[in-house]
Amino acid sequence: MPAKTHVTTTINGEQVDFLCEPRQSLLECLRDVIGLTGTKEGCNDGNCGACTVNMDGRIVTSCLVLGVEAEGANIETIEGVADGSNLHPLQLAFLENAALQCGICTPGFILSSKALLEQNPNPTEHEIRFWLANNLCRCTGYDKIVRAVQDAAKRMQEA
Amino acid sequence: MTTADYERNMVLSSVDYKVLGTRPVRHDGADKVTGRAIYGADFDASGLLHGKILRSPHAHAKILSIDTSKAEALDGVKAVATAKDFPQTGDKSIEMGEDTTKLKWLRDNIMASDKVLYAGHAIAGVAATNPHIAEEALALIEVKYEVLDSVMTTQQSMAEGAPLLHESLTTQELGEDSGIVSNIADHFQHSKGDVKKGFEEADVIVEREYNTAMVHQGYIEPHNGTALWSPDGRLHVWCSTQGSFVVRDSLADLLDIPVSNIRVTPTEIGGGFGGKIPIYVEPVAAILSKKTGTPVKIVMSRKDTFEGSGPTPGSNIKIKLGAKSDGTITAAHAWMAMEAGGYPGSPVGAAAQCVFAAYDIENGLIDGYDVVVNKPKTAPYRAPGAPNAAFGMEQALNELADKLGMDPIELRLKNVAEEGTRRVDGPTFRRIGAREVLEAMRDHPHYQAAKKSGHGRGISIGFWFNIGFDSACNIAVNKDGSINLTEGSTDIGGSRTSIAMHAAEVLGIAVEDVRPSVVDTDTIGFTAVTGGSRTTFATGWAAYEAAQDVKRQSIERAADIWDVDADSLDMEDGIISSKTDSELKMTFKELASQMSDTGGTITGRAAVNPKGVGGSFAGNIVDVSIDDETGKVSIERFTCVQDVGKAIHPSYVEGQMQGGSVQGIGWALNEEYFMNDQGNMANSSLLDYRMPTSLDLPMIDTVIVEVANPGHPFGVRGVGEANIVPPTPAIANAVSDATGNIMTQLPLTPGAVLDSGK
Repeated sequence: MPAKTHVTTTINGEQVDFLCEPRQSLLECLRDVIGLTGTKEGCNDGNCGACTVNMDGRIVTSCLVLGVEAEGANIETIEGVADGSNLHPLQLAFLENAALQCGICTPGFILSSKALLEQNPNPTEHEIRFWLANNLCRCTGYDKIVRAVQDAAKRMQEA
Repeated sequence: MTTADYERNMVLSSVDYKVLGTRPVRHDGADKVTGRAIYGADFDASGLLHGKILRSPHAHAKILSIDTSKAEALDGVKAVATAKDFPQTGDKSIEMGEDTTKLKWLRDNIMASDKVLYAGHAIAGVAATNPHIAEEALALIEVKYEVLDSVMTTQQSMAEGAPLLHESLTTQELGEDSGIVSNIADHFQHSKGDVKKGFEEADVIVEREYNTAMVHQGYIEPHNGTALWSPDGRLHVWCSTQGSFVVRDSLADLLDIPVSNIRVTPTEIGGGFGGKIPIYVEPVAAILSKKTGTPVKIVMSRKDTFEGSGPTPGSNIKIKLGAKSDGTITAAHAWMAMEAGGYPGSPVGAAAQCVFAAYDIENGLIDGYDVVVNKPKTAPYRAPGAPNAAFGMEQALNELADKLGMDPIELRLKNVAEEGTRRVDGPTFRRIGAREVLEAMRDHPHYQAAKKSGHGRGISIGFWFNIGFDSACNIAVNKDGSINLTEGSTDIGGSRTSIAMHAAEVLGIAVEDVRPSVVDTDTIGFTAVTGGSRTTFATGWAAYEAAQDVKRQSIERAADIWDVDADSLDMEDGIISSKTDSELKMTFKELASQMSDTGGTITGRAAVNPKGVGGSFAGNIVDVSIDDETGKVSIERFTCVQDVGKAIHPSYVEGQMQGGSVQGIGWALNEEYFMNDQGNMANSSLLDYRMPTSLDLPMIDTVIVEVANPGHPFGVRGVGEANIVPPTPAIANAVSDATGNIMTQLPLTPGAVLDSGK
């Protein structure tokens, strides 16, 4: 068995230490080593976006990042999006606009959308669609997801 | 973004309820937006081992030998399983949720014994301490094959002298065993009237052949399953499935153990669309668990999911229609051959029930062929077979309308099926909404608006019959007047809430006061699959009946408390009151607080197998633009109209319509199993198997039509499937409108569109 590397990282504001093999992806480390299973695996090759997390201010597909690359990084996963028991406006907007059906892609969409709204608080429909094009959803046809992001943008601007 | 000058999502409703028709937040919502919901792959158990499955690189081969010794010797490997580990019990027919299959075929599909019939066919399973070691072990398994010639399409498979997949498969010819060994498992016919005479009476005839490619449901969550075979003989399985009882019953047959020894816990599920009705990895995990005494989890990769699960068939379809000059259809013939995959059982039978269903056809003939090919065994996919059939039929109708100089919606209205119409395949319709759907399309601002210059416009309608089947529901009343509702239908898109809304409506309580749970097979009565658009219809009905049971008992309790006759009381809007004494009045909540003193908890229960299934019609209006240079088709505007009977939760009904529409758009424009010369899928990743992204699409406008189903207490029909039927022909019709060329092949890739005029 390959030797394991000690990785120190920050996840959702807390310091987390873990051991991982060089071949393990950040996705696998989050899910199987650390136990944060809210980040989902849909393809393990960067094409579906279900494993999207925020790493040092950039969204990444965590299946394409190695666990060892998380050394010193600041990572946000779906488990850290709500403020305690208060849901983030995006989470509320997804619920109230019925923007999820099976829900497996939802964590990735919320992480991607959050990064968009942080950069561009008032995106057009086209900008939302362009930004979310790396997140696949097979249930909704995206209509209600786009509307939820628009609704969240409005809520965040009014807040 | 421009603001639409019309209402983008309309609900054409005529009956008002208190709870039904509202849009509450779903009960499982918070868990799903915070990452707390546990899907199959998220499940963990003490001492968990990880399994992987070795798959055939060949499309068709004899297995000469399998040597697993090197894999077994690898450090960290705990067990290896092959077909030999499955009990070789006698063959029999078994139910698989929506269809039946033979036990031997199911067993051989889960793990090949003597032959591999498609690239991706499972050969061996390994359990190891981590998934990487299991994967390394797969590479150490030595399999010797004798590679055989393969057949990839129905045309190849049905040809004289084609390589045979099964040496003992004989064709069922019109219901009787022909004794002829071939790749055609079944040829059936439905007929009505006199087709020959009908075509003779026609003023205009159109006839054309169409081909569609194999496509995948494309759920984002790969198949998974964890099994723990306990020393006491009990097998517990946790998996993402559309039907926990199908998993239980299939496992009982495959492993030759009683159903009472198996408990299946359905986890949250990341999409299914029919593809998670059959089982794949669960029995392998069970065998590996039996060998190791520890829980074993198997999660498919995306490549496994494409190559080793059950897509929907490619098909070869010929449609011939005859009509009078006034548009009356005098005769129709559909000839359909569909790829079953490696083992018999394509959805061609369902296709035959749908192909002409929207129309009142006096003389009709339907020929169906179920054909095995060297591709994965097909599984249900949202209205299985119907989109393939509609791709031909609904284009032929537009060609007919063109020849007759009629508006395509008017031609359809002229021939539309209504209550009392007998279908070519036999059944006579009860009240249906085909006319209402067509009229809503005709009157929609989209259809009324002039299309933009250079755009093409297409329309189509489609049908799915929907199913009933068994559902069970239990309700326990809490002392605060809320209720706990347990049911067995996997919730893929908000059905917990739509089912809970049935109970809330009956009891006159808020839907937030219902706590619905999807429970395991030990905890609820047999419940059929989440499929066939049946869940809100049938399990909703079970919840309706269970709530009626609670209501009846609540009235009896109040009668006891007041010492009056139960017949003198009524319960309306959550208040129990006397019909004769206005002083006697108490809320359901007040009664609930007194349950303990009046006999204990009120529990309601019901099990149903409803026969009053109501089919659903959906229609599309589509505008497309086409890039002159590349042939790329863009969807510029898309409207979906569907008769759902009653929309219980309109947001999730719209979601079904939008989701089905977009799967249909992918099917029409991009998606296909692209097979190379060796019979391997060349595009088994989500980059190369190109499903629609948000950027490929406009908003999907919806119109919910409500023509109540007389067979359901609230008029529900079911909404999940009919919406995927019209997109492929509607888009093809739009492309034809733009290019002047008829599109006979799916997908409508840029190349196919450019070549269509040649």
